[in-house]
Amino acid sequence: MKVEGSIKTVILGEIIFPILLLIFGIYHGLMQALYRAGIIKDMSFLGIEYYQGLTLHGVINAVVFTTMVIVAFGNAVFLYYLKRPLRPAVQWASFLMMVIGTLMAAWAMFAGKANVLYTFYLPLIAHPAFYIGAALLLVGSIVPLFFDWAPNYISWRREHPGEKVPLAVFGVFVNHIMWVIMLVPVVITVVFQMLPLSLGLVSEVNPSLSRTLFWAFGHPLVYFWLLPAYTMLYTVLPKIVTGEGKLYSDSAARFAFILFILFSFPVGLHHQFTEPAVTNSYKLVQALFTFGVAVPSMLTAFTVAASLEYSIKSKYPEVKNSLFYWWTKIPYISLEGDKWLVSYFMAGLFLFFVGGITGIVNASYNVNLVVHNTSFVPGHFHTTVGGLVTLSLLGISLYLVSKLMGKEIRFKGLAVLAPWLWWQGMLIFEYAMSVAGLHGFPRRTNTGISYLNPDSPLYRPEWVGYAELSAFAAFIIVLGFIFWAISFFGTLLSPSVREGSLEFPTAEALHDEKAPALNRLTPWFAISVALFVLSYIPALYDVTKRGVFFDSPGYTDKNPVPITKPQSAKEEKSTAEVK
Amino acid sequence: MDRAEKGAFITAVLFLSFFFALIVYAAKGLNIDVPTCITDVKPYTQGQVIQHAPNRYEIHYLAKMWYFEPADVELPVGSTVDIYLTSGDVIHGFQIDGTNVNLMAVPGAISYARVKFEKPGVYHIVCHEYCGIGHQDMTTKIVVKGGEQK
Repeated sequence: MKVEGSIKTVILGEIIFPILLLIFGIYHGLMQALYRAGIIKDMSFLGIEYYQGLTLHGVINAVVFTTMVIVAFGNAVFLYYLKRPLRPAVQWASFLMMVIGTLMAAWAMFAGKANVLYTFYLPLIAHPAFYIGAALLLVGSIVPLFFDWAPNYISWRREHPGEKVPLAVFGVFVNHIMWVIMLVPVVITVVFQMLPLSLGLVSEVNPSLSRTLFWAFGHPLVYFWLLPAYTMLYTVLPKIVTGEGKLYSDSAARFAFILFILFSFPVGLHHQFTEPAVTNSYKLVQALFTFGVAVPSMLTAFTVAASLEYSIKSKYPEVKNSLFYWWTKIPYISLEGDKWLVSYFMAGLFLFFVGGITGIVNASYNVNLVVHNTSFVPGHFHTTVGGLVTLSLLGISLYLVSKLMGKEIRFKGLAVLAPWLWWQGMLIFEYAMSVAGLHGFPRRTNTGISYLNPDSPLYRPEWVGYAELSAFAAFIIVLGFIFWAISFFGTLLSPSVREGSLEFPTAEALHDEKAPALNRLTPWFAISVALFVLSYIPALYDVTKRGVFFDSPGYTDKNPVPITKPQSAKEEKSTAEVK
Repeated sequence: MDRAEKGAFITAVLFLSFFFALIVYAAKGLNIDVPTCITDVKPYTQGQVIQHAPNRYEIHYLAKMWYFEPADVELPVGSTVDIYLTSGDVIHGFQIDGTNVNLMAVPGAISYARVKFEKPGVYHIVCHEYCGIGHQDMTTKIVVKGGEQK
């Protein structure tokens, strides 16, 4: 379908702008590996400090790039499947808020006024522009849902009584409603704790409360990244893999999304297993829910594999009876039509297989004591968000740019090889980071000038080999990104060969049931919010009333003296004053 | 849902239930548990080592930008130690290499873990939560001496 000018500009902008920033994000990723391995033995390189680069790497890659491209994908999905125009005023407002917010936060980070990492734990504080910018970006990203997608969704339902909304719309819609819910706790801590402390309006805040609110957002956040990838795996992948493939079961896909609605929220305490001030039985309850939220991904593993099997076997009857041989017929590397995109999904899925297992390890309550805050954790999430999510988003970005602008994909060979280099690099990286983590190698640490420096009294030789291996892996990953970028910018800058249009390859469902219970979202969200609130009440009571004895003043990353209040005033105090 | 799907779903749930049962067994049966909410020790502003009995110690660790107090501690082998941890400024991390002690130091709150040092050796402790520019140098150790009686 044709997309009118202004909307097309917004969607392209929401892809191209974060990708320009992503170049910095990936560059700093490489730098991290070099610092950590001691190949760069310094506090800073080219004027950017290690921890400043780490903040940029985290915020750009995991927050800015994902959020903006996911909104672009949502816009494209709603436009294409509901065939209802998007409102230019809404779209421009959303896009500009996200761009201005990003630029504000980027200024604070590049200026070195926000070296707080992408988790920005209090009482370390950043420049107010960092928080205001982040808030603008996040609020801008929910504008399309409220003013464009929800009205279109409701009017579509009204005109198609008894029909299911297209699966892609269902997935995107569910994901963005979840996004709005999960933003509530982080907005509370940003608006009522971080920003006032950063502006000097208050002199002390409760860091434990802030951490708990942060992770009530921080975990569902990873599903906000993941669900667009799942939507693509369900709708796009089976179709392109053979040209006429089908999704194995529509209901199973919707059921997986419903399970995400239920279990994505009451799980944030699994990021705080080692947290003081929270009673451990509440942590155990959320560990159980975390295992619950692993189920929809296992179900997705089945549905996607079954869809691939069906699609392959219907095209190649000769592998009809094979258990394993059909795997070899998947077009892992193919230049035909849209099949280049299969490489992105398959490489992403293979990484996600590893990421799922390490995720279950992380979630396993007392087992988390072995790996918490070691390099095991970045090893894990580089195969999830850095694996399946990033590869899906990079793939769909290239796809949408070529379709919307009416351009042939240039350097298609590089585009097809890119995800496999990325995959190989990430696999080596994950191995090195995870195994080093089991030996206590800490995350978020400029180890090159201390623990991995033979001249330092802190030298820990047992970590050197792993860190060097991870640096080697980083080069392969970056090479993969360069391949992708050559193809992306080559396509972007090439002349148009046809009129731009929007289209998604869409697999029909092999098993398609009515399942009305799965298509009524309100009750599921009501249960989900109730579960979210109930599961957090005890923990919030602990971190405000029971286990935290006083609030803390703010600090910058450079100085052990608080900047919002003299040390003397903070000695003791009663729990009553907390909160 | 067809049969294969149900099979996959049930397999997933069974697997996870099995894992969870093992976790609960380790926590409740073997006492390998995560830190909990401590209210009997109030936040302190000085680190110290307290000896209660020949092999019973209590260490109050204070994490500050960018060191731990007390600094290096020496203990006899076989000591059981109650470790308390708090922070004097920002969030810090605390992991004793080769043990299950993995804590966060949060200002205003107390972390607690119990550990028994069965083997002599040097147990490195690193701060594993980002705490500012000096984070990579924030470390200390517990030296466990073999055969000594105090």
